[in-house]
Amino acid sequence: MRQPNSQPCSELMLRETASQTAGPYVHIGLALDVAGLPERDEEIWNRMATPEAEGEHIEVIGTVIDGNGDPVRDALLEAWQADARGQYQPAFDLQNAFNSFGRTATTAEGNSEWSLTTIKPGPVARGDGKVMAPHINLAVFARGINIQLQTRLYFEDEVEANAACPVLGAIESPTRRQTLIAKREDVDGKVRYRLDIRLQGEGETVFFDF
Amino acid sequence: MQDDNKRFVERDRDWHPPAYAPGYKTSVARSPSQALVSLQTSSVSELTGPDFRRLRMGPDDNDLLMNFREDPALAGTAGLPVGERIILFGRVVDQFGKPVPHTLVEMWQANAGGRYRHKKDGYLAPLDPNFGGVGRCLTDEQGWYRFRTIKPGPYPWGNGINTWRPAHIHVSVMGPSISTRLITQMYFEGDPLIPLCPIVQTIKDPEAVETMIGRLDMARSRPMDCLAYRFDLVVRGELQTYFENP
Ligand SMILES: [Fe+3]
Repeated sequence: MRQPNSQPCSELMLRETASQTAGPYVHIGLALDVAGLPERDEEIWNRMATPEAEGEHIEVIGTVIDGNGDPVRDALLEAWQADARGQYQPAFDLQNAFNSFGRTATTAEGNSEWSLTTIKPGPVARGDGKVMAPHINLAVFARGINIQLQTRLYFEDEVEANAACPVLGAIESPTRRQTLIAKREDVDGKVRYRLDIRLQGEGETVFFDF
Repeated sequence: MQDDNKRFVERDRDWHPPAYAPGYKTSVARSPSQALVSLQTSSVSELTGPDFRRLRMGPDDNDLLMNFREDPALAGTAGLPVGERIILFGRVVDQFGKPVPHTLVEMWQANAGGRYRHKKDGYLAPLDPNFGGVGRCLTDEQGWYRFRTIKPGPYPWGNGINTWRPAHIHVSVMGPSISTRLITQMYFEGDPLIPLCPIVQTIKDPEAVETMIGRLDMARSRPMDCLAYRFDLVVRGELQTYFENP
């Protein structure tokens, strides 16, 4: 039971390994192209859907802003979302038309935006019978972030579903609820949703513990 | 409903470093000032996560001695990276000691001189033409993972006038769901820089620091070849809930 570098918290249970920041060079490990490293045959990245995937094809884009209002240029994000029917697809395979998991990073240049090419997820039923509005789970890793920040992206045109979503409803402040709602932009006939993640201060994004 | 009978042991937020840890200066403007919102009812959104068994990996993806060799056709020791050859291995288990099979473990590190092959790293130690510094593998049936690499060097950074990172390897593990997702750093047993490091010091409990120390394991070292360090990873435990509320 006892592992060499692990710590017990009771007779029956171990402590979780402690978290540390992913640091400024996270890209070397998890986003090779961004680091300037040659990519391997298969990489986990931000193209979660191919044109063949079922559902509404969208781009999701945004920035990460720090407490000074400046863009965070070295953040790595991980996305986890249901397919168009509201089902998660755990079996990651680059041959799939759609994968529920993706990674992206903010850029060092220009607008410092992260982006995902995906499909709009369907609503997801919870065990208690309540239905969660379409959403993408996002985790933010970066230098200065000691343990990843977990949030959700919702869609502004899902007005009714958002109003009925038990998770949005559990956020006491209606003002803060708005920090999770991505704005729809129609760009050259393509649908794009934008969400800026604010780590601290005015308009601070809601982050979840689960 | 899929995975509804599953829950994970609550994450102890006092065990992990807090978001705001002013000794580590970058955390000051990157830490939320509002409390986290607790999801009282967990759902399939948090209880599931990606399974990477079908991600095709290269044969040397977990061998950093070989995976960036300038000329892969070279024979013998020509074209190997500079530094102490080590095996980094360990087991991924959950908090109940249950192995976590087929999960993705990724790692990245500086070279023997303390320099990363990253376009933003400008430390004066030279790049090693034969060292990339990235590895990945899946755990086996019993949760074991294994890399071959060189021991990274310590490096200075701008947090204070004269702050140095202890030698460390960044380690990332997925686990069975996005609830178990964890990124940490492995430090080397006995390194005098560990207690001086502002990033290590973001953690309050000295026992939590112990979970990040890789231990020299002579039994797994290879005579006349390389030393071995064992680093086990413990991810959140999976609880089965057999009874629903009435
Ligand atoms: Fe580092």
